[in-house]
Amino acid sequence: MNEKTMLDDEHYENVLREESICTTENLVYERPETLLDTPLHYCPGCGHGVVHRLIAEVIDELGIQEQTIGVAPVGCAVFAYNYLNIDMSEAAHGRASAVATGIKRVMPEKYVFSYQGDGDLAAIGTAETIHTCNRGENLLIIFINNGIYGMTGGQMAPTTLPGMKSTTSPFGRNVKSMGAPLKITDLVAQLPGTYYVTRQSVHKPANVRKTKKAILKGFQYQKEDKGTCFVEVVSNCPSNWKMTPLESNKFLEDQMLPFYPLGDLKTPERKEN
Amino acid sequence: MKELKLMKGNEALAEAAIRAGCDAYFGYPITPQSEVLEYLSREAEARTGMVVLQAESEVASINMVYGAAGTGKKSMTSSSSPGVSLMQEGISYIACAELPCLLVNVNRGGPGLGTIQPSQGDYFQTVKGGGHGDYKLIVLAPSTVQEMADFVDLSFELAFKYRNPVMILSDGALGQMMEKVELQPQKERTIMPGLDEWATIGKPANRSHNVITSLHIQPDKMEEINIHLQKKYRTIEENEVRVEMINCEDAEYIITAYGLVARICTKAAELAREKGIKVGVIRPITLFPFPVKEISDMAGKVKAILDVEMNAGQMVEDVRLSVNGKVPVEFYGRMGGIVPTPEEILVAFEEKILGGAK
Repeated sequence: MNEKTMLDDEHYENVLREESICTTENLVYERPETLLDTPLHYCPGCGHGVVHRLIAEVIDELGIQEQTIGVAPVGCAVFAYNYLNIDMSEAAHGRASAVATGIKRVMPEKYVFSYQGDGDLAAIGTAETIHTCNRGENLLIIFINNGIYGMTGGQMAPTTLPGMKSTTSPFGRNVKSMGAPLKITDLVAQLPGTYYVTRQSVHKPANVRKTKKAILKGFQYQKEDKGTCFVEVVSNCPSNWKMTPLESNKFLEDQMLPFYPLGDLKTPERKEN
Repeated sequence: MKELKLMKGNEALAEAAIRAGCDAYFGYPITPQSEVLEYLSREAEARTGMVVLQAESEVASINMVYGAAGTGKKSMTSSSSPGVSLMQEGISYIACAELPCLLVNVNRGGPGLGTIQPSQGDYFQTVKGGGHGDYKLIVLAPSTVQEMADFVDLSFELAFKYRNPVMILSDGALGQMMEKVELQPQKERTIMPGLDEWATIGKPANRSHNVITSLHIQPDKMEEINIHLQKKYRTIEENEVRVEMINCEDAEYIITAYGLVARICTKAAELAREKGIKVGVIRPITLFPFPVKEISDMAGKVKAILDVEMNAGQMVEDVRLSVNGKVPVEFYGRMGGIVPTPEEILVAFEEKILGGAK
């Protein structure tokens, strides 16, 4: 028996064993209604898939699939509309919050959110981000911060840590010549237009649950017409950090989180302004 | 009921937008078109509930239009040349995503920051693309304050008929000058038909989700989109050419001009006729689709054509393509915000077409 056949047999046995467990009565976890049955294009270990799922779960739980319109960015999440079973618009690079503003202003009764990466939201789209928040547009901005340009292949982002290597900071980010990382979430928390600003992560189950709660709050406050809600998710990029998924989660915890500490920056109870 | 008013071109356009049942305007101040934003900020919301929002930049305004137009609402923006340059990326996305909307350029002199005086220097940008990729705007060129108003409703009609952005290409003089204008009655703001097929309005359970995008990463799909767009543009060329032929029946010579300049050239042609020279004027009203056939047919009947523009010679290229060498086509233009007079156009006509004054 050659190696391939052995593997096939073993695999088959495993499948049989799983099938006996996988019954409707035993079901504890399934695909949310709002998540389409499409294989994700994200790299193994990437946080995007988790956050997509959380958005879908929240939309399901609030029962707002028919009333929600999403805006996808340019970046790794450009295909977010392939996974979320809601009407979606794909924005030009950095302009997602302006597109979301246009949608929300003419359809104020809908739930509108943008989903953006750090290059999109904090570099090319900085003006749109700040002014959307400053006007207090009644929408939710979900900001995935992995400190790097993923889709274009690992270039330095506005959020790349000091000393961190990327293809355009091959010797490490030199703060003197390249500038310091932009903590845009701290910045928008200062603006009167934002109502709820928080920084979360999805690298551990407990953090996943907190991020879900943050997204849920973002939608709930939108229903109450409270202004801009801003949820940053500190995430990883195993491929472009050139790490295994586990190593990337360790890097996230050891290096990213001290610089981008988790927690609420602005809540209804604790207003910055 | 007929309602006659004395209005600035920019204000007439803004008033017409309210009356056309426009749902949303997103804009940024720039001379010489700021009256559009000012007028709408003052009038629109109270009268029809229309959304009027001053954006942080033209980049933001065009992307707000992208978002709002994607919901099938009648959405528009206006600007002047440098601002319209900033919008070009967004316009390319809108054209590819096939979003119906109205864009207005009150053209001022360039290049660069240029001047706030009138110009037609943005013909190429407007008609030949402007942004990246192969796309076309439907382009309407008003020559009166009346047309500044009338073309708004027509633009929305065409935009939704073809799901294509429409540009009104005006200039700083038309925007600022006052003329009497007959206003159309107020139209209701309505929900356009067929939105469930394409718009992002919230997905009911009984249909698959709508996605507005200009990203088609597989080349065969992207080519398919391009072929579809080109087919649409050919249909527009067949159906939507609008052109004014002024005193062309017995003409031995033709002046081609669009917008404000066409009015000045009409006066120049009258001056020529007083001297016994039979001159007619062809005024393209749609710059895309261009009146190729009308100009080509007329070229077979006349001795020569003079094209006059407030630029270094842009539409003249389309006139020459239409004439296809049948008769000589000469050009006369003023740049930098200078508006030519009928008298100087007549002199130019005599020098360039007749080889000297008659």
